[in-house]
Formats: sequence, structure tokens, C-alpha cells
Amino acid sequence: MNRSKIRALLLLPVVLILIFPIIMLFANSFMTAREIESHYYSAETSPKLVLIPETVSFEQYIRVLIKEPAYLKYFWNSVFITFFILAGQLVVASMAAFGFSVYRFRGRELLFFLYIVVMMMPFIVTLVPNYIIAGKMGILNRWSSVILPGIFSPFGVFLLRQFMKMVPFSYIESARLESCSDPGIYLRIMLPLVKSGLVALIILAGVDSWNMVEQPLIFLSDSSRYPLSMILSRINLNEAGIAFAASSLYMIPFLLLFLHNEKALVAGIAMTGVKE
Amino acid sequence: MKKPGREAGWIVFFIGPSLAGFSIFYVIPFLMSIFSSFIKSPFNREFAGLSNYIALIGNPMFRRALWNTLLFTGLAVPLCVILSLFLALLMNKAVFKRRVFRTLLITPLVCPTASVVIVWQILFKRYGLVNSLLASLGLQTQLTDWLNSGYAVLVVLLLFLWKNLGYNMILFLAGLNSIPREYYDVAQSFGAGSLFIFFRITLVYLGPTSFFVIILSIINSFKIFREVFLLTGYYPDKHLYMIQHYINNCFTKLDMQKLSSASIIFSIFIFIVVYLLFRRNQTRLNNE
Repeated sequence: MNRSKIRALLLLPVVLILIFPIIMLFANSFMTAREIESHYYSAETSPKLVLIPETVSFEQYIRVLIKEPAYLKYFWNSVFITFFILAGQLVVASMAAFGFSVYRFRGRELLFFLYIVVMMMPFIVTLVPNYIIAGKMGILNRWSSVILPGIFSPFGVFLLRQFMKMVPFSYIESARLESCSDPGIYLRIMLPLVKSGLVALIILAGVDSWNMVEQPLIFLSDSSRYPLSMILSRINLNEAGIAFAASSLYMIPFLLLFLHNEKALVAGIAMTGVKE
Repeated sequence: MKKPGREAGWIVFFIGPSLAGFSIFYVIPFLMSIFSSFIKSPFNREFAGLSNYIALIGNPMFRRALWNTLLFTGLAVPLCVILSLFLALLMNKAVFKRRVFRTLLITPLVCPTASVVIVWQILFKRYGLVNSLLASLGLQTQLTDWLNSGYAVLVVLLLFLWKNLGYNMILFLAGLNSIPREYYDVAQSFGAGSLFIFFRITLVYLGPTSFFVIILSIINSFKIFREVFLLTGYYPDKHLYMIQHYINNCFTKLDMQKLSSASIIFSIFIFIVVYLLFRRNQTRLNNE
């Protein structure tokens, strides 16, 4: 056996542990409620792990998608919230990142440092003042109370500036010499060059809002507006079947997006580690 | 050619929208927090000096929350950094099916924690899979209540590692790639051993990356509230009662003064960490 296979053998247990929850989730989502109960909740036998369903059944998916429409509604809540956060953040953050990387002005580094400090703060630190401000703006218990702070999250500015820094300044100068306007440079030169940065932002910021918990907990008093991420962990364990199917469905969108854009995501993550 | 006045206009045009929203939703709330941590109450806005902070530090619940948070960070960060470095070192060499391994190692990163919580619950509940496995191996005589005992920290730790190993590994891989190949060639031509090469070249030149990974892991460990909440709800075991739970409880009790002081103490920790990161970058830049 050569060295590359020995390394693979060393990695195998780690990978198996990391992948296990995902496999268990998908496998169980195709079991009938009775089978799940007999595996994990039987009074007579101790619980056992089974990864291949006795009979492949879509019972749980049919319940989640058709019979109990509440889940689908929460799912669309998540889609709605995440979509508007991403759309807004892509525009606002790419413009700001462009401003920070193309122009030199006094206090630029200090201002950017402020963005980074805030980016590192957990949401909970500014919880109450945020609540007060949302109250003053009259957006409490509305979607906008969770969407607006998401749009202006400093992470996007940080990530995209890292990408834009890699663009040689001579590109911008030569565009100016050809009398290309500044918005033209932003739209036609900068944005196409940092495409993988935009994709990485969509995945990283997207997963984060898809997984949102703290904000709805505080800002949305009406639980019918909750995203599905708030609901999944509250499904009673007696209804584990539904939880498996709903959780699997919830995982799929970003899993697919990731598998199609792995390269851009890896580049994006590596970029967050590149130094000033 | 360039006119300074026009350029100022474009700066406002591009950065303005972001800065406005950033101020309203992040900076101003933070300043308000500082303000309310120094007043007696929302109705009596007299300057209270440090009395809110002193009351907070005297509060046993706060001390427990602070201790739990620091303990969790102290366990999670070294483990996460060492494990992800180990993974990156392996992945940096020729590995059979390397691409597949890399994909699988990062996958947890894009999985919403909310989705896998059900798996964690079934694994670690009292009559769950882990206990059943341990019993069948004869390793355990009585059932451990994983989520409602001191072991709960381990369960959350596992969730933290599951989520963060991939991200850190990619950062380390990028760092390893940036070490010039010639350094290794030269060391080898002098007949340096592999231990020497690891400690004197790899670790040294990985320094800045490691520092960044450590900082990032600390910050992420402060965000563990989300995972704890998803796993155990509003009232976790007392070993999992974090500063963020304390802040959240103050919120429901509308105890603004304690809440703001706790937030400010928490932010000071974070600020110091971020400042160190920046200082280090600046000095590195000046040395180059």
C-alpha cells in the first residue's frame, strides 16, 4: 500500500464521523413512522442504528409536503427571508467593498477596522438596542426586522474587499484612461472579476441566514412568521419521522449549491484568511 | 484627469448605503448599550458609575455563565485548531481520492445546524444510540444523561467541531500553500529531518494563519449559543448556561442595566481579540 492510501485511511474515520449525521438524516427520512419508532423508541428493545430502511417509503415526505402544510409555509418563510437578505447584501456589500478598495481617503482603515470588529460580535451583544430601534422604525414582528440587519451585515463587505484587493489597480486606471465612468468600472470590470467571491458570499451568508435562530426569537413575536430553522428543533421527538424529512428537505438547497460551486466556496474561505 | 471633489462624491455613492445601514443596525445599538450600562435605570438616567458592572460581577448566575463560556472556549479552540491543522497537513499531500475527501470534509459547513439537531438528540438522549452502543460494548453500567449533565459540554463540543473543522482546514491549506517550495528544498538539501522541517519551517511560516484560525475559532465559540439553544431550548443544563443565555434572560426580565453591562464586558473580550489580530498584521506588514 502506498503512502497516499495510508493517508486516506487516516482520514477515513474523521470523514465518516463528519458525514454520519447527514447520512443518518437522509436514511431515516425514507422510513415509515412505525419503523422509526421501533428503532429508537421501542419500549422492549434498546435503540439500534439502522441506515437502510426496511421498505423505502415516502410517507414522511408526503406528510411534510402535502398533509401538514404548516411545514411548507415555514420553509417558504425561510426562502423569503434568505432571498431578500442575500439580494440586498450582494448589492450593498459589493458597492461598499468597491468603495473601500478603489478609493483612498482619510480614515479608511479605521472605518474598515470598525466593520471587522462588529463582524466579530455575536448578535446578542446589541440585542436590546436593536430591538428598540426596530420598535422606533415600526418594523417589529415584520419580516424587515430580521431582513434589514442581515442586508447590512459587515461580513459581505469584508469578504468582497478581500477579493477586490487581488484585482490589479492598473485595470482600474486603464479603464479610467478610456474614460469609463466609476459605476461602469464597478459593473463591467470589478463585478465580473470577483464572481467567485460573490458565489462564496451567497453560500456563506446564505447558510447563515438559512440557519437563523437568535433574530426571529427576539424580533418576531408571531411564530407563524418563523423560518423553518426555528421549528425543526422543536418538533416533538415522538414525531421524529417528520423531523427527519423536514430536516432533509431543509438541507438540500445549500448542499446542491455547494456541490456545484465547491471551488468558489473554497477560494472564498481561503480569502477570509488572507492578510491585509 | 481625476478631480478630488468628484471622487468624494463617488465614495459617498458606493460606501454610503452600507455605512448608513451599518450605523443604524450595528454601531448605534452598540453605543446605546454602552450608554445604558452607565445609567441607573431607563427612567432615572443618572450616571451610575461602575455600579452596574459591580452588581453584575457579584451576580452568581453571571459568574457561572462567564465560567461556562470561558471553559467551553478553552476546550473547543485548542481542539478545533489542532484537529484542523492535522487534517490540513494530511490533505496537503498526495491522498488517494483527495477531491472526494475534501468535499466531504467541508460538507458540514453548508448544512444548517437546525437540520442535524434531530440526529444529535437521538444519539444522546437517555435511551439513545450512544448509550445503547456503550452498553452493548460493556463500557457502561448505568445510563449517562448526556444532555442534562456535565457531559453536555462534550456533546456541544462535538457539534462545534463538526461544524467548524472544514472551514479551519481550508484556511490552513491555504496557509500551507503559501509557504514557498524552495524553503523545503533547501532544508532537505542540508539533510534536515522531517521533525526539524515541521517545527522550523511549516509551523513558523504557518504562524499568521494559525493566529487567524485561533481568533476565528474563539469568535465562533462565542457564538455557540445558537447550537445550545437548538439542542436544549431555553433552559439548558446548568453546565451549558452561557453568557448569551444570561443576556437573553435579562432581556426577558427587561433588566436593561445588567444586560448592557454583560454585553459590554463580552464585547471588550472580543475587541481585545480582534485588536491583537490587527496589531499583528500591521507589524508583519512593516517588517516585510
